[in-house]
Amino acid sequence: MTQILFHNINKKDLHTLAVYEKEGGYKGLKKAFAKEPDEIVEMVKASGLRGRGGAGFPTGLKWSFLAKDVFPRYLCCNADESEPGTCKDRELLQKNPHLLIEGMILCSYACKIETVYIYLRGEFYDLCEIMETALEEAYAKGYLGKNILGSGLNLDIHTHLGAGAYICGEESALLNSLEGGRGEPRMKPPFPAVQGLYAQPTVINNVETLCVVPYIVNNGAEKHAAIGTEKSKGTKLVSVSGHVKKPGNYEVVLGTPIREIIYDLAGGIRDDNKLKAFIPGGSSVPMLPADKVDTPYDYESLQAAGTMLGSGALIVMDHTVNVVEISLRLASFYMHESCGKCTPCREGTRWMWQILQQIQTGKGEASYVDKLLDICDNISFKCFCPLGDAAVAPVISGIENFRADYDELIEKMAANTAV
Amino acid sequence: MFVFSEEDEKQIEKILNRYPEEQKRSALLPLLTLVQRREKHVSADAMRDIGRRLDLSPAYVQSVCSFYTMYSATPVGKYLILFCINISCQLNGCDELLAHTAKKLNIEIGGTTEDMKFTLHREECLAACSGAPMMRINDTFYENLTSDRIDQILGSLD
Repeated sequence: MTQILFHNINKKDLHTLAVYEKEGGYKGLKKAFAKEPDEIVEMVKASGLRGRGGAGFPTGLKWSFLAKDVFPRYLCCNADESEPGTCKDRELLQKNPHLLIEGMILCSYACKIETVYIYLRGEFYDLCEIMETALEEAYAKGYLGKNILGSGLNLDIHTHLGAGAYICGEESALLNSLEGGRGEPRMKPPFPAVQGLYAQPTVINNVETLCVVPYIVNNGAEKHAAIGTEKSKGTKLVSVSGHVKKPGNYEVVLGTPIREIIYDLAGGIRDDNKLKAFIPGGSSVPMLPADKVDTPYDYESLQAAGTMLGSGALIVMDHTVNVVEISLRLASFYMHESCGKCTPCREGTRWMWQILQQIQTGKGEASYVDKLLDICDNISFKCFCPLGDAAVAPVISGIENFRADYDELIEKMAANTAV
Repeated sequence: MFVFSEEDEKQIEKILNRYPEEQKRSALLPLLTLVQRREKHVSADAMRDIGRRLDLSPAYVQSVCSFYTMYSATPVGKYLILFCINISCQLNGCDELLAHTAKKLNIEIGGTTEDMKFTLHREECLAACSGAPMMRINDTFYENLTSDRIDQILGSLD
């Protein structure tokens, strides 16, 4: 199976510069510096790489949107990995920090950037230390600092730790947090490419996205574009968790059937139970029932199936699960993480949690399900950022696909009252 | 009265150097983190000191500090246990293990032991889902937990 990011992930001491170089690391820099910056942007465009953080926006296109001739520009690497079910960036940061550094250097050269901030979630303190050690090694070797390898590129990379807020993974909230503010999202437009960090043009890319860039520069756009499906190029790290025998991060070629990921890579369902449902892209995307298990794992197929690839977190549930219990837990999460800026999300996530709590504890009434759907309708697409849209995903998809789980709890209640 | 140590001052200088001169308020979270890690909480006194350094009003510092869950107004224990209760951990039995931990420490969830050794919090997803159920104690992640393993980990901490 083709692997771009994980082919050597368990190599001993890969996190050190010496081993990373031995594995062919930092070779992309000389190749890139022999080209014009714009050529690298075009290359990444032609590679078909899409953002691996959640939205799936074409990376090269994002880079090309930077306001022309406005400097300084910034790159923010989004290492705020917080989407429930997702743990892939953590593994990359821990085991292969130099791959990310090389990706950030290449992006900076292509976009004429001289300052990078890696925004790590506050709980990644250990990874921040690993990253700082790797950065020191890269400075000492001349891969960072002034006039890198004689290319004329000056580049500084800094780490910046958050302090516990899911919302800071949203790019405009991340910028506010990095500027020393509350992690509340901004109105868009202006988009970060025009006015981002300190109101300057800014690229914001996920860890995994930047880690793919060295492969593209080293092997060419065509080689990357040859992997995957027509609209989903390359590979994807998938964090498989929940009721599987071998949970873990797996790198798959985009278009691999979900059945293969669950049953071959992750070893199948625990105790050989029956698959009931799965969430393909982190808690913010709609869940699917077991009969969709043959859906190919790529952007367009998942969209056609009514959900999204998201951050690449595949959460698997067996037949012992009642979906209400899952939706309640996620509703509690979104209520906790709503920043409070927009009324529909702030109030709506709380109402959803209250109603689900009633249903789960046997105090639900038949009308509650419609009430939930009505609240979802009043949250969706009515806020500054997508947190509210994410919060309704597990509720709506749970009701649509597993209405029986709701009815079971509500009918039990009705039966008890009748007695 | 809160005072930064000499060691802290060196660290602060390093932190301030990361940001453009006119954007030093970017150092707010890193400085609050420095205080939280050393003092186990962020006092109003410390917030005022940080505000003076970064030209920010006490009210502004307070509004930012209260937004983030990793800063606490009252001291947490020597070991801060963050127990993940989100979906992947939920599917792998974290609720029972969290209850077990609270019972073992003889505290409510959210509480601190009388000797200030342990604080136990429910936590949202910590990005270790393939190792569920999991918890973080100070900077260390502990994955694939069982009640026996939890007892063993708690027992190993001085």
